[in-house]
Amino acid sequence: MQKSLLLGVEAIAQGAIDAGMSGVYAYPGTPSTEITEYIQHSKLASERKIHSEWSANEKTAMETALGMSYAGKRTMVCMKHVGLNVAADCFMNAAITGSNGGMLVTIADDPSMHSSQNEQDSRVYAKFAMIPILEPSNQQEAYDMTRFGFELSEACGTPVMMRITTRLAHSRAGVTPATDIVAENELRLPEDKQRFVLLPSIARKQYKVLLGNQANFDAASEDSLYNEYFEGKDKSLGVVACGIAYNYLMENYSNNDCPFPVLKLSQYPLPRTKVTKLVEECDKVLVLEDGYPVVEEMLKGYLENDKVIGRLDGTLSRDGELNPDMVGAALGFDVVEGMPVPEMVAARPPALCVGCHHHDVYKALNEVIAEYGEGRVFSDIGCYTLGALPPYRAINAVVDMGASITMAKGAADAGLIPSVAMIGDSTFTHSGMTGLLDAINENSPITVIISDNESISMTGGQKSSAKGKLEDICAGLGVHADHIHVYTSLPKKHEDVKELIRKELDYQGVSVIIPRRICVQKNVRDQKIKKAMKAKAAAKA
Amino acid sequence: MKTDMVIAGVGGQGILSIAAALGSAALDNNLHMKQAETHGMSQRGGDVQSFMRISDKPIYSDLIPKGGADIILSVEPMEALRYLPFLKKGGYVVANSSPFINIPNYPNEEELVKTIEALPNYVLIDADEIAKEVTGSTRAFNFVMLGAASPFIDVPFEYLEEGIRKIFGRKGEDVVKMNIDALHAGRKFSQDNK
Repeated sequence: MQKSLLLGVEAIAQGAIDAGMSGVYAYPGTPSTEITEYIQHSKLASERKIHSEWSANEKTAMETALGMSYAGKRTMVCMKHVGLNVAADCFMNAAITGSNGGMLVTIADDPSMHSSQNEQDSRVYAKFAMIPILEPSNQQEAYDMTRFGFELSEACGTPVMMRITTRLAHSRAGVTPATDIVAENELRLPEDKQRFVLLPSIARKQYKVLLGNQANFDAASEDSLYNEYFEGKDKSLGVVACGIAYNYLMENYSNNDCPFPVLKLSQYPLPRTKVTKLVEECDKVLVLEDGYPVVEEMLKGYLENDKVIGRLDGTLSRDGELNPDMVGAALGFDVVEGMPVPEMVAARPPALCVGCHHHDVYKALNEVIAEYGEGRVFSDIGCYTLGALPPYRAINAVVDMGASITMAKGAADAGLIPSVAMIGDSTFTHSGMTGLLDAINENSPITVIISDNESISMTGGQKSSAKGKLEDICAGLGVHADHIHVYTSLPKKHEDVKELIRKELDYQGVSVIIPRRICVQKNVRDQKIKKAMKAKAAAKA
Repeated sequence: MKTDMVIAGVGGQGILSIAAALGSAALDNNLHMKQAETHGMSQRGGDVQSFMRISDKPIYSDLIPKGGADIILSVEPMEALRYLPFLKKGGYVVANSSPFINIPNYPNEEELVKTIEALPNYVLIDADEIAKEVTGSTRAFNFVMLGAASPFIDVPFEYLEEGIRKIFGRKGEDVVKMNIDALHAGRKFSQDNK
């Protein structure tokens, strides 16, 4: 079979298509976005009419996927780690209802926060929900484990988490696809017609089902081909290598000659027999895992078995992504660095694109805010978050999707009047609307700027759920028509925009200002697609 | 046969097309390859890098260890220096001399050139200018750079041509030819100036 050059995320996408998945549900978020994009562009997926439209947020994505699973079909929901916070309500309860058609919850964690506000480890969530986790160590496993994950989910009647980190998500390697393509499931309702109805009486029963299922998850981990025990002669150390940490271990033994026993761990719950064997036969146990010390903490225990070493005792850094050098140092190897970075090398932080209309918004906003006193602008997640950096330094808070509006309201409640929220179009429909309703219901003196670039831009210009709907949503929620302002965002309107912002800051109620101009990157891409389609049409004619 | 290369640049400069051509070439010739890249936030005008690893033996880590890179290929002069801790003793720095200045504290260009020229092994090449000379536009400057790095890449040169053919084939013979011409020009410069 011909190998394909695939990113880890693409391997998962192709694996899901080839495994008979009927729908993917997702909201874009680095490093998970390309899973859904790959399926959107796949010929086979479009022939099969596999659902791949974007959802409004991770919660709606998770719930829709659960609905597809209820109806008997295989489905995957994908998001970045912090997206799981948004979807956590459904996620936790889906473990109680169980799945019907295979359901994979694919979460891309971001240790070292390359593109995120924290480095939370999704394995903690899966443990909390008491469901199995698959953690591939390379692109081929990512492909293979996707199919395996659907099978495991259907065999156990539970959603299964697929956990990857940025490095695997965004690294390419050759992947050999399966020789067969699985047919989609037929529509098939759950045999137990009650188990998705989580009334307390049924939920109590279903929780016992989940508890009873733990033995099956344990057995599946013990038997898993993905949890491999490699014998080693030198028992002074044993290594538990989770997911891609295995690669960093083996990188330090270029001839495949690691002398220590190694447990390569890619399926959870922990395989007890193998873990016990390793701990019993070795003097020390080094736990290598990308993310939180989840496994290490379990093995070490509250009573701190000092045999277990890793991130908790300082053998490895407590935070940040693993790499071959950190692991090498933990194994006692000298790390020989090349030359030092010359002092003249300056930091090159990301910046708003030239011509982006967020520039115009921040320029006007900064000048007006200076008149009222600083410290009152609450922002949100998106390209405009870069307004925190020079030259603007325009925003005072960025916490989670939608928090701009609600934090501005809370600050106004406390007496910081006026308070301003700065949010993007897609983030507003993701999680801003309900917060705006709170503000409207109390007529809070806040001004909400929805800087509309008609696209989900930070992740690469995906379709925004908000497109063409913002004014109607705000009016429908109850913002007074006199205080909804939409304008085409252009530098020449600078003075008029300042006057508008001033006027609304002085209004003692909820105002919404919507500066609108398409994202410059999205515009270039759209024009390219248009041109290509024109050329195609011309060639046909 | 084994080459570890850090490809460096600024978000938007298109370093991934270099990696794509090389990756495709490696895969079609049954070599192992891994290539880690930067997506998301840092793409917006920030520094970006791709770790490219090719070998005839299986490759484990997606990341190159410190002091492990055979080559730093940078499409921008300052960015070449950012990854020096990754360069192996005896490894080559191949850097484009045209700066990409989008920060106020960009270093003095003369001093920057001096610093690169003080490195033990380097090729400093005006890839934009050479691309313009050879192909009439600067568009193919990335493949001038790949050509300039090619004498140090432990992969047959024909593989690189095949890789370009494969990734640009859909765009027509003109685009393929432009990039292959750029590749040859870069290689020639490097062989004359290393």
